[in-house]
Amino acid sequence: MRELEYVRADDAASAVALVSGEPEARFLAGGTNLVDHLKLGITAPRLLVDVSRLPLDAVEEYDAPGGTGLRIGANVRNSDLAAHPAVRASWPAVSRALLAGASGQIRHQATTAGNLLQRTRCVYFQDATTPCNKREPGTGCSAVGGYARYNAVLGASPDCVTVHPSDLAVALTALDAQVVVLGVSGERRIPMTGLHRLPGDRPDLDTVLEHGDLITAVELPPSAAARRSTYQKARDRASYAFALVSVAAGLELDGDVVRDVRIAWGGVAHRPWRATRAEDALRGQQLTEEAVLAAAELELEGATTTDQNAYKVPMIRNTTALACTRLAAGEVSR
Amino acid sequence: MDSEISLTVDGRRHTVAVDTRTTLLDALRDRLGVTSPKKGCDHGQCGSCTVLLDGRRHLTCLALAVSYDGAEIVTAAGLGPEDDLHPIQEAFLDHDGLQCGYCTPGQVCSAVGVLDELKQGHPSHVSQDLEATPEPSDDELRERMSGNLCRCGAYANILAAVREAAGRGQA
Ligand SMILES: Cc1cc2nc3c(=O)[nH]c(=O)nc-3n(C[C@H](O)[C@H](O)[C@H](O)COP(=O)(O)OP(=O)(O)OC[C@H]3O[C@@H](n4cnc5c(N)ncnc54)[C@H](O)[C@@H]3O)c2cc1C
Ligand code: SF4
Ligand code: FES
Ligand code: FES
Repeated sequence: MRELEYVRADDAASAVALVSGEPEARFLAGGTNLVDHLKLGITAPRLLVDVSRLPLDAVEEYDAPGGTGLRIGANVRNSDLAAHPAVRASWPAVSRALLAGASGQIRHQATTAGNLLQRTRCVYFQDATTPCNKREPGTGCSAVGGYARYNAVLGASPDCVTVHPSDLAVALTALDAQVVVLGVSGERRIPMTGLHRLPGDRPDLDTVLEHGDLITAVELPPSAAARRSTYQKARDRASYAFALVSVAAGLELDGDVVRDVRIAWGGVAHRPWRATRAEDALRGQQLTEEAVLAAAELELEGATTTDQNAYKVPMIRNTTALACTRLAAGEVSR
Repeated sequence: MDSEISLTVDGRRHTVAVDTRTTLLDALRDRLGVTSPKKGCDHGQCGSCTVLLDGRRHLTCLALAVSYDGAEIVTAAGLGPEDDLHPIQEAFLDHDGLQCGYCTPGQVCSAVGVLDELKQGHPSHVSQDLEATPEPSDDELRERMSGNLCRCGAYANILAAVREAAGRGQA
């Protein structure tokens, strides 16, 4: 591992100044992804700016159109967010997504911002001896024609076919969260649906953030669909495994007719995939298993697969139906 | 780059200079001679390096020591002296919750954390109702202990030990 300078940031603005001023600097939060990458040689920064003790650790209510929203500090630990009474009551998909990820120990350490900005678990990305356009632009993509079981089925490019690993990001994408970002030119808000990118010809860029942009908070707006929401994850073992596919869904029903619906998918694309076509198809319809399957089918038009990851197409369709019908039947969640 | 940090480990305060790249696990084991937390995978995937850090279960392999200046750490060895073991340590002995013992310090610290989280009413992935007070059922205990792997497969007895410590006796 390369020699590494360490600075503990005094405040958010100086953290931004430090990282923006040094191309080879990184923010350090819980470290559960970054420290792993230092060891694996995936990244070799010259400077670490520790933001983990900045006072960005509050969960606060704010007045929002239609009720009370929740502003979550960037350093709120995954375990604390999952257990927060307001999240459990009014955004249960967020609790469920967090609790379905990593382990109890890791959730105490992992932060809200770090979770969203964790990098892909692509086996080649994590093996510094293999070509990978995301790790080393221009070297090629080993997953094309290689081990393809985890590959994306939507929105992939010839340059990168991997998926985003975060569970939390999928729930936040479904529930229209916004990310509050502090950059050199001040504060701005980015909708979760626009934070992560598709790979295109720049798979080295996971998000639209500039180098030195610090996430300071995430804002969760209230909605009836958020109150009746859940997260369903399919994985290789019952616990402590990343998603093969996952679904965050929220429903507002009028009798059995869909007034509002939110669906986002994990494990299928380079970013959390908001299934807007499926949502549009379901609004105003009776919520039946058939209707959800048909809506998911529509969203999956244009999916590309190999024989190794073709299982993801029926898996995401059926998991979506499971999540929505269980929500409609009142079987899950709160 | 070296930095001086202080750590309180099992009640003893240490001051030590560490390179930025030193993990908390290596600082404990190689610099302070605290060998209770074990290095299994060194990548956050096994739980054998688990300690209680500022009162909560925490990995030490994916943590840079400099970032934890001032932390209060309790390892499995510090939970109770040999003649006055912690109830979880007693339960692991009573139920043979170990074979080779390599994962055991991590399992024990994790179990202490699990019981504390249950007491605070934290839900888990398998909790049916997110807002209800969770019960220490076998499903709940298995899910909550899933961050600790045991290469010997002593899971059945580990579960029995945690179940007893959770107050569910010999069920
Ligand atoms: C064995 C294992 C299993 C896991 N399983 C799952 C799982 O099933 N589901 C899941 O979703 N996750 C899983 N994770 C990933 C885990 O959730 C992430 O590693 C964690 O959330 C990252 O948060 P952190 O605070 O530790 O981030 P760090 O490692 O500190 O940082 C991650 C990245 O975010 C950047 N960063 C941190 N804070 C900020 C900020 N405020 N502003 C801008 N940039 C910032 C850092 O520079 C770095 O690039 C697993 C991890 C491990 C090790
Ligand atoms: S899929 Fe993306 S991350 Fe994986 S090897 Fe190809 S370029 Fe790298
Ligand atoms: S050594 Fe830390 S989790 Fe395996
Ligand atoms: S007792 Fe041997 S690894 Fe668990």
